[in-house]
Amino acid sequence: MKRAVFFAPFIGFIALVAILYAGFHLNDPSHLPSALVGQRFPGFELPELTSGKVLGHQTLLGEIRLVNVWATWCPTCLHEHTTLMDIRRATGLSIVGINYRDDGEKARRWLSLYGDPYDFTIVDANGDLGVELGVYGAPETFIVDADGIIRFRHVGDVNDGNWNREFLPILDSLTDG
Amino acid sequence: MVSSFLSGLLGVWVIGVSTIDAFEFEDEVERLRYSGLIAEFRCPKCLNTNLSGSDAPVARDLRRTVYRLVDEGMTDDQVRRYLQARYGDFVLYDPPVRANTWILWFGPPFLLLAGILVLRRIGSRMTRVSLSDDERARLEVIRKQ
Repeated sequence: MKRAVFFAPFIGFIALVAILYAGFHLNDPSHLPSALVGQRFPGFELPELTSGKVLGHQTLLGEIRLVNVWATWCPTCLHEHTTLMDIRRATGLSIVGINYRDDGEKARRWLSLYGDPYDFTIVDANGDLGVELGVYGAPETFIVDADGIIRFRHVGDVNDGNWNREFLPILDSLTDG
Repeated sequence: MVSSFLSGLLGVWVIGVSTIDAFEFEDEVERLRYSGLIAEFRCPKCLNTNLSGSDAPVARDLRRTVYRLVDEGMTDDQVRRYLQARYGDFVLYDPPVRANTWILWFGPPFLLLAGILVLRRIGSRMTRVSLSDDERARLEVIRKQ
């Protein structure tokens, strides 16, 4: 009994070390929890990439949409692009692009070269909308419901694995409800 | 004279720590608030650099945002809440006390307390040990051998 008390802090210390060590592997530290899930998509007035027409945030309303933050300087975005094309083809889901801190000319060339999965693309040339969305890199993908509420945020590329594991259940719950 | 020398020094120091953005400030108070705030927030991209020390594009965007918010007349607390609402607790080096951070806040003091308690137990047991005359005599015999 006394022995147990004597070793208690040591055991506690070992337990803490174990917990902290496990913490290294729990999640990628570059994946930050989103503060924005459940919040309204922020307001914006920004031009569309090809038409140049100024869009407001009400253009997002009325439909469940994927909002995908991308840029031509982002290699992962290119990798992700084919997945987005597939998703668009297979599901018909509305995908909206946010061209983040990019050159408009390069972005248009990219879309004509690799295909355009987006209903429209919002140009966020100086990253202000990115700040409102808490974006810290590209690609990032949000699920926004028909009322313009952010339901999910994913940092990094969309691929078959996380699409089936994370996106689909949320999309299913949104369409059922 | 002394104060102008000091503010000069301070100016040099501020330029020294922050990457250079060409922002115009209404007065020195705003400039200092801005410098203080960007030194306080963690750059979301680079894991362990503050906004003032980072060259990442997102850090530049956030510095511009902090500048705009200060310029619009937000208090320091409002600026903190603004960034926290968008980037989460991560941007604050000083995490709030919550269910998922309690071990961070209370773990070390708890271990310290537990350690002190055990030490005191050991200490009190040591003083309680006293030898009878008989035992003392035997001890003397052993020590003389």
